[in-house]
Amino acid sequence: MVNIIWLFFLVAGFVVAMITGRIDEVTKAVFTGAETGVTVCFGLISVMVFWLGIMRIAEDAGLLDKIAKLLSPIVRFLFPDVPKNHPALGYIMSNMSANILGLGNAATPMGIKAMQELQKLNPDKETASPAMCTLLALNTSSITIIPTTLIAIRMNYGSANPAEIVGTTLIATIIATAGAILIDRWYRNRYARLHPIPPIPPSTSNRSAPKAL
Amino acid sequence: MVYSFITLLSSWAIPAIIVFIPLYAYFRKVPVYESFVDGAKDGFDTVIRIIPSLVGMMVAISVFRASGAMDLMVGWVRPFFDAIGVPSEVLPLGLLRPITGAGSLAFATDLIKQYGPDSLIGRMASTIQGSTDTTIYVLTVYFGAIGIRKGRYALKVGLLSDLIGFAAAIFVCYLVFA
Repeated sequence: MVNIIWLFFLVAGFVVAMITGRIDEVTKAVFTGAETGVTVCFGLISVMVFWLGIMRIAEDAGLLDKIAKLLSPIVRFLFPDVPKNHPALGYIMSNMSANILGLGNAATPMGIKAMQELQKLNPDKETASPAMCTLLALNTSSITIIPTTLIAIRMNYGSANPAEIVGTTLIATIIATAGAILIDRWYRNRYARLHPIPPIPPSTSNRSAPKAL
Repeated sequence: MVYSFITLLSSWAIPAIIVFIPLYAYFRKVPVYESFVDGAKDGFDTVIRIIPSLVGMMVAISVFRASGAMDLMVGWVRPFFDAIGVPSEVLPLGLLRPITGAGSLAFATDLIKQYGPDSLIGRMASTIQGSTDTTIYVLTVYFGAIGIRKGRYALKVGLLSDLIGFAAAIFVCYLVFA
């Protein structure tokens, strides 16, 4: 998909330039584009270095676990079919709290661990379980408190107030996440109605799983 | 009311976090400065790692814009977007956002560069880019890691919530900045 899009931009640009006769502008755009890519990244360094430093302090202080604990009633509500005390819940909470703090690098491994645990509860190993779909919905809309990358880019282009988009982004991301949860619930209920699950013998995995995080 | 609340949130969120976290950590006996420096090292690596993909996407988008193809594409949808009062310049960003993280970041950067960070389009681009994640990438990574082939309705939920996020970003920007 990404390959097609990338190729589309290049080829469509070339074809249109042939018709409009702007081929020299296109040649120039190749180099300015590459330069912009690098300068933007260099502009990101200052903010990312500082922010990840602050976030490491948060991690070392156990703030991630703290947020995870606060999320536990929400997680219990969002994942009704995961047995209480199942390790999946702990990973889901860690995944969500890392997302909230904007720690993509920490969120992904936690999310994958959570998926692996959910896979153990999944009767059909090739088809996503409803709980997996919910976890995915949470991650694709991912609430983030501070959009650091965008603040850095705005700073580089001389914004009078680079952080003024924090509030609008937070509101938009909360709405997107709420939407994701509601749509997921709707599909989950509809799917359950259309495909009644045959009764499964009580799983033994909740007894062998001693504790969540 | 809503406007002043959101503006207040924007001004206070960062300073509050930056004071609260080290202070909290200090009382939890964390060597705050050393911890900071240790974590900050990751920031450098993270940024360096995105240079190749951002350069690739930035070139493709620059070519697309310089050739006039962008204006052509945006021009097609303009009548419809004008009717609902949305600047059609942000549409490609909405389409790219769920598919490619680097591509949409490059596109948002391009919009900020073209129209200025403090223009309505620049602010919308920032909000759209920051408010959702790259659905298709997340789906591939998470389901790929555990061998799920059939995602059921997961893709639909992800894309619909991206649409909601896109609309919400535009609406909130109008409310606050227009």
